[in-house]
Amino acid sequence: MGAAKRIKADLVNFAHSYSRSRIGLFFGLAFPVILILLFGAIFSGSGSASTVYVQNLDNGPVGSLFVQTLNGTGVLHIDLVPSSQNFSQYLLSNSASDGLVIPSNFSAAYQADDHVNVTEYWNPSSSTSEGIYIVTTGVLNAFNLQKANGTAVLGVQTQTIKSSSYTYIDFLIPGMIGFAILVSPMFAITNISAQYKRDKIFKQLSLTPLTKTDWLIAKIGFYIVLTFASFLLMSAFGIFAFGAHITFTPWIIPFLLIGPFLFVSLGMLVGTVSTSVESAAVVGNLITFPMMFLSGTFFPVSTMPAYLQNVAHVLPLFYVIEGLNNVMIYGNNGAALQDLAVLIVISLVIFALAVRFFKWRED
Amino acid sequence: MPAIEVSGLKKAYGSLQAVDSISFTIDKGEVFSLLGPNGAGKTTTIEILEGLRERDAGDVKVLGMDPWKQGGELHKKIGVIPQGFTFLPYITPKEAVNYYANLFDVKVDADQILRTVLLEDSKSSYFMKLSGGQKQKMGLALSLVNRPDFVFLDEPTTGLDPQARRAVWDVIRNLKKEGISVMLTTHYLEEAEELADRVAIMNKGKIITAGSPAQIIAEYGSGEKIRVRGDEDLAEFLRTQTGLQVAFVDGVVVVTLKAKGDTLAVLQAIGKSGMEWSDLTIRNDSLEDVFVRLIGSKLDEGQTAGAS
Repeated sequence: MGAAKRIKADLVNFAHSYSRSRIGLFFGLAFPVILILLFGAIFSGSGSASTVYVQNLDNGPVGSLFVQTLNGTGVLHIDLVPSSQNFSQYLLSNSASDGLVIPSNFSAAYQADDHVNVTEYWNPSSSTSEGIYIVTTGVLNAFNLQKANGTAVLGVQTQTIKSSSYTYIDFLIPGMIGFAILVSPMFAITNISAQYKRDKIFKQLSLTPLTKTDWLIAKIGFYIVLTFASFLLMSAFGIFAFGAHITFTPWIIPFLLIGPFLFVSLGMLVGTVSTSVESAAVVGNLITFPMMFLSGTFFPVSTMPAYLQNVAHVLPLFYVIEGLNNVMIYGNNGAALQDLAVLIVISLVIFALAVRFFKWRED
Repeated sequence: MPAIEVSGLKKAYGSLQAVDSISFTIDKGEVFSLLGPNGAGKTTTIEILEGLRERDAGDVKVLGMDPWKQGGELHKKIGVIPQGFTFLPYITPKEAVNYYANLFDVKVDADQILRTVLLEDSKSSYFMKLSGGQKQKMGLALSLVNRPDFVFLDEPTTGLDPQARRAVWDVIRNLKKEGISVMLTTHYLEEAEELADRVAIMNKGKIITAGSPAQIIAEYGSGEKIRVRGDEDLAEFLRTQTGLQVAFVDGVVVVTLKAKGDTLAVLQAIGKSGMEWSDLTIRNDSLEDVFVRLIGSKLDEGQTAGAS
């Protein structure tokens, strides 16, 4: 009874303190919303056609037909470059990544069954170049087939894994929820615990019946509430701004509970073993940023090199995001249970370490 | 039974012996002040008594309890303001008092407590907006929430302006009136002289002397002196007339008095001399004068932010 009352008193006090500080509110609620708006805008359907600059030097009709067909695919936006221009110079001065040059003998070679190449200019670091290459070769193959009087026998029909109406943003949402679960408590608690230590507020609190476990549980309780609020806010903005499809299943709830438990404890551990507020921030960032990028928040872990995938498997955030993907996208609740089991073990260990190393009385 | 009994207390940080075998007692209802320059070991001593630090050796009993082993029990009966008290920036004094009341599971009238520490006018301002003196008063208010029998105040007025310091003094006097024992560390000597029933002077981990301010001044002071502005002839005249020790420094004649009747004898001699004189004062040593003699340096030299 006594502990429950103390935890409640500390939670209420912390909530007052938190809700009056704009920085706390920004990271807790505004930041996840900004994130979803930003990513939604970047990846939403409209304007997704890649621009490609095309210089048609062909003297015959096939070059123009090829350009028309490319345009007809609807995935490329064609920008024609006059044949008088120096093409590579033109690309550079327009800061453009992708370009195609159709040679002057294109029609002649096509009609004479001679081999001829179109040249693709590309930027190895640009994600659009690969897509343009695939589209270009696809169209060229169609021309080759036509020339050989063949008929396409095999084809591909595409459909997203969940339902045909799902869009890219829907697949991003579990990652972004994981991101919010990580960032908000990690940054805040690392900072708060280092500050409380510097300002001797822990020492002050140690002179009351409040225990360090009470204190930590109150913070976990607060961040669970905040995490539910930011989950609902992110979902609402995703739905109303981008028409996102979010699977609301009760299976999400355990992840919204265990996530804050884990990262409040981890933040506490980092803050309490650091000797100053500044070093706590550095150590906190050293842990948070790699975890943020390597756990599948913004890009799937499966696209990373094998050794990085191994690293991802020891990061707790990986299991949060994998678990959320399992329940929200694949509906694979059995796999989610495994993720949950891993998370519970990691969380209990980190919680125990945080309580153990958290010095309440002496410096 | 005294409120606090300390004997042979020792604490070292590495090779630094911060507290070196000190012993003292504090009676119930007493205001006891621990004086000393920075680094003397005052805060280490007070934190050991509060149960915030573990001692290396010695016996310590606070309200009959071992502060390190029985900290949880003890903290229900004592109030503490740590040195440089700070709190959460966005919490008001009234909220803080209610927060503490919930932690201690006691019912309090927050307004009443804030009235006691003269902070009622600012009870709804955020901690970060309070002045230095108001912050200390909020610390005092928090230390009173659990109705303590004993209050520890570690440099409660350091860095405060004279007006704020006097306000804190008023609060400490009120505590004494209510029968609460107080242990106060300070490096303002007039604060100890003003408030404390007994003081202990601490330097380099040891207690040099302890007793009431009057006792210490009587024991270590140089006695009562008459100072009068005049010339060297007046000094010579007084020396021959009274037979007392007379010094002449920078246009001031200083006569050291030995017995009660000496005062009148010196005044009569001045009148008889018919010489020019002015600015006559009779003054005993202050605690500060004694302190300078004992420690060999000024107590708050170059280390205080506020006026002294």
